[in-house]
This record gives sequence, structure tokens and C-alpha cells, in this order.
Amino acid sequence: MQTAISIKNLSKTYSNGFQAIKDINLDIPQGGFFALLGANGAGKTTIIGILTDLVRKTEGTVKVFNYDIDKNMNDAKRCIGVVPQEFNFNIFEKVINIVVDQAGYYGIPRNEAIPRAMEVLEQLGLKDKAEEQSKNLSGGMKRRLMIARALVHKPKILILDEPTAGVDVELRHGMWKYLTKLNEEEGVTILLTTHYLEEVEQLCEEAAIIKQGQIIKQDKVSNLLRSLESEAYFIDVKPETLNKNIKLVGFDLKIVDDSTLEAVLQKNQVINDLVKELDKYNIAVQSIRPKGNRLEELFLNVLSDK
Amino acid sequence: MFNYQIYISFYTILRKEVNRFFRIWTQTLLPPVITQTLYFVIFGGFIGSRISGFEEEFGISYMAFIVPGLVMMSVITASFSNVVSSFFGAKFQKSIEELLVSPTPNWIIIAGYVGGGVLRGLLVGLIVYLVSFTFVPDLRVDNPLLVIIFVFLTAVVFSLAGFLNSIFAKKFDDISIFTTFVLTPLTYLGGVFYSISSLPDTWQIVSRANPILYMINGFRYGFYSQSDVNIWISFGILAVLTVVLWYVNYYLLKKGVGMRS
Repeated sequence: MQTAISIKNLSKTYSNGFQAIKDINLDIPQGGFFALLGANGAGKTTIIGILTDLVRKTEGTVKVFNYDIDKNMNDAKRCIGVVPQEFNFNIFEKVINIVVDQAGYYGIPRNEAIPRAMEVLEQLGLKDKAEEQSKNLSGGMKRRLMIARALVHKPKILILDEPTAGVDVELRHGMWKYLTKLNEEEGVTILLTTHYLEEVEQLCEEAAIIKQGQIIKQDKVSNLLRSLESEAYFIDVKPETLNKNIKLVGFDLKIVDDSTLEAVLQKNQVINDLVKELDKYNIAVQSIRPKGNRLEELFLNVLSDK
Repeated sequence: MFNYQIYISFYTILRKEVNRFFRIWTQTLLPPVITQTLYFVIFGGFIGSRISGFEEEFGISYMAFIVPGLVMMSVITASFSNVVSSFFGAKFQKSIEELLVSPTPNWIIIAGYVGGGVLRGLLVGLIVYLVSFTFVPDLRVDNPLLVIIFVFLTAVVFSLAGFLNSIFAKKFDDISIFTTFVLTPLTYLGGVFYSISSLPDTWQIVSRANPILYMINGFRYGFYSQSDVNIWISFGILAVLTVVLWYVNYYLLKKGVGMRS
């Protein structure tokens, strides 16, 4: 499979001497759904800036569908649609004009750009807002407008820098659905940075964790989750069956309240054994749920060097 | 990018710019017309009529003398302010990133914005020129081609200057400083209302360091075939400024000054 984005030994030092990224190596396959995870200031936006020509790299090579950005930046740009973190459109311009003009910057004539713009606006639920001034849109709509703008020239790669920040739950799920469809049905390679680790678990095949400008872990999301040494669960039980003197050998278990237990299972332990043990004490288990987001746990472990 | 696609990019920027100044015509087209009309009434009508011997010395009325200067003044201000406000506005709102992430070449970005500034400058100049017929019904133009060349090149130079100003501007104050402290004084002292031949020798020498003097005189030569300066020097200054400002802007945009980090 062709590589959509290939980054080798990429570094960036800003004019004030701050080294934002150090010797980054990254390959994102065509059709992949890839996440860049990291705390604020970790270097995610710098990488996106370099890919989109808003930031100039200090060292290294970057290829987008084999177009070296040092030699064929414009060809590389044609492959990319970018949705930045902050709103960056003219707030006095009409929604339709923002999308049609963007198509124009990619050399698409107006008679072709207008129906294309209407199509993407419709897909993103903004068709009836086409003639509105963009300043009148809600926050979620503005974000969808930026996605529509990024897609109007039909890029092979869509880069989203924290696209669901500040977006309500319903809209976030709608966006996930749309992005999954783009990736699965239209084969668009997606590179995503996000703080919502649930988003990564739901959407992405592969992820890289960045800390202080360096990739400290990169793998398939499923492998990353498997690498967790332990996982915590809440166990909801019938209150009348809970024996407060319970002591299970081999399990890290504590009583949270009258109807809830918390259990930490090591990688080599299985949940069935725990349920069997609880059954011996006649404790009636009603439900089991993860204590937190597993990826979040991993992310925090990695960042704190555990 | 293929040539046709480059043309589409250029057309898109230009169209956006023209739509912008038409959309806010009460801020962009109307004020210069009102200001220049006031100049005609006050300087040309009230004060000009009291200047004795002007027509004998220059062969034209004082009102007719100030027409080219006032047209040029409006062209300079309109073309400069169009580009500086539009491009800085795009930088300020970060909507300039729409262009920077696209494959639009840097020279097309400059050409698109400068094209918008030139069109607004020429349109405002044309309106002021038409209004001047109210005050000077027998206004003559000896050499229309020279008039067109001078007004066009002046609009290009000041659109490029506006682009340069907006590259360096970091806040809105920065775009008014150049206009207030450089552009306006140079325009007023550039021979709009007087011939430098009426100044003392020292001030004539000082005036010759002002590039706007050459632009206004070159333009006035197209109307009445008379100028305080050699019009080839005027043309040369405009040509050099056009080339120099173009390359400086291109270099800065390519380096990403004020836009890319």
C-alpha cells in the first residue's frame, strides 16, 4: 500500500530557539485513520503546520503521496485538505463564498465549484446556511464549515487539528460518523489530533503519542490498548448481597459504596475468574463497566513514563 | 499548477476583492468623492478664484490645474488603503491561511490583491475625474495614453506599497501609521495644489525628493502638456518602484514574513 504521508527525521526550531519537534519519523498509509496524541505544546500543530506550509521545517524530509514538500510543495498541497484548530475564515463572508473561493484557490472554476460546495455543505448539514454570513453560525456549524472548505477540492488526505474541541456530544458523534464514512467509503486518509481519547479509540486504526516534540509510542490502537499492564473496572452489585468483609485472594478489590466495587485486573487476569470468586460469596453482579477510558489510562501512563 | 488553474486562482482573489469594495461602497467609493468635491469647492472655488495671475502664468485656471492632482490623490489613497486593509484583515482573521495552504503561487497572491487595489484606485479616480467636469466643464486631456499609463502605474505602486505595509503590520495601528505620517504628507506636498516653480529654491530641491511629485506631474503632463519635472524621470521612477516593490513583496511572502513561522 502506498504511503500517504512519510516523515523522516523532522525537526523544527522556532526563531526564539524553542525546539517544537525533534527528529520525528512517521509513516501514514494511504486510507489510514491516524491519530496524533499529545498534551498542549507537544508539537502536534507544528507537524500539521509543516505539512500544510504554514510552518517551515528546520530539518528532515516530508513526502505527501511521494511529493517531496521541498521540491513539489504545490503538488503536495493539492493532496491535502486541512481543518485547523482555530476558526480562520472571513467572518463577514457568506458561507457559500468561503467554500467556493477555496475551490477557486485550488484552480476549480466557479461553475464546477458552486455545485461541489453545495454538495459538501449538504453533507455537513449546512446547505440551508449557505447564504448566511459565517459570523452568524454557531460554534459547531463553524467547525463543519471548515470541514466543508477542506473537502471542496476532494483531497486524498484530510488533516484535522482537534476538530471536535468545544463541540457538543451529539454533533461530535455526527462528525465521527461523517469522518468514518469519508475514510471507509471514499478512501480519504485521515490524520487527526485530538484531546478526546475516546475519539481515537472509536475512530483511529493507528496512533502516535508525542511528548515534548518526540514520538514516544506509535502502534495500532488495538496494540496500544493491549499494552496496558492493568485495567480498572467498576462492578455494580445488588446491595443486599454485598459482603463488606469480602477478601479475594489474587484480586485487587475495594468497596466504593453499598452497591459498587472497584477491581484492578492485571494483564494476565480474566474477568470471569473475578465473577466466579464473587459468586462464591453470593454477591450478585449486575453489571461491569470500565472505570475510565482505557486509552486515556495508557496516554497518562506513557506521558508520566510509567 | 497549470496555467488555467493559476488564472482561476487569480480570478478568485480579484473577484473577492472587487466584491468586497463594492459591498462596502459607502466606505470605499463614496468618501473619496465627497472629500475631493470639497477640495474642488474650497481650494478651487473659494481660494483659487482669489489667486491672481495664475491663468496668465500657466495658461489654465487654478481649478483646472488641481484636477489631475486631486484625481491622483484619490487614486493613491484608494489603491493603498484597499490592499492594506484587505490583506491585513485577512492576516488578522487568519483567513490568509486559506490561500497559504492552497497551491496558489505567491506571485498570484500578490497579483490578486494588487489587482483589487488597482481596480478600486482606478474606479475612484474615474469617479473623481467625472465629478471634476462639474467644476471644469472644458477640461482637456492632451495625451490620454500618458494619462492612462501614469494613473495605472501609480495605482500599481501604491497597491504594492499597501501590500508591503500589511506584511509588516501586526496590529491595526500599524496600518494607519504609514498613511498618517508618510503617505498623506507626501501627497499634500507632491504638487497637488501648487506648482513647485512657485516655491523658494530650497523647497524646490526638497520637493524633488518626493516621488509623488513625479507621479502627479507626469499625470498632469498628460492633461495639459506641462510639468515641473521631466516626465521620463517620472516614468522611470514609477517603473523602478513597481519592479522593486514587486520583488520585495514576493521575497517577503516567499519567506513567509509575518505569516509563516
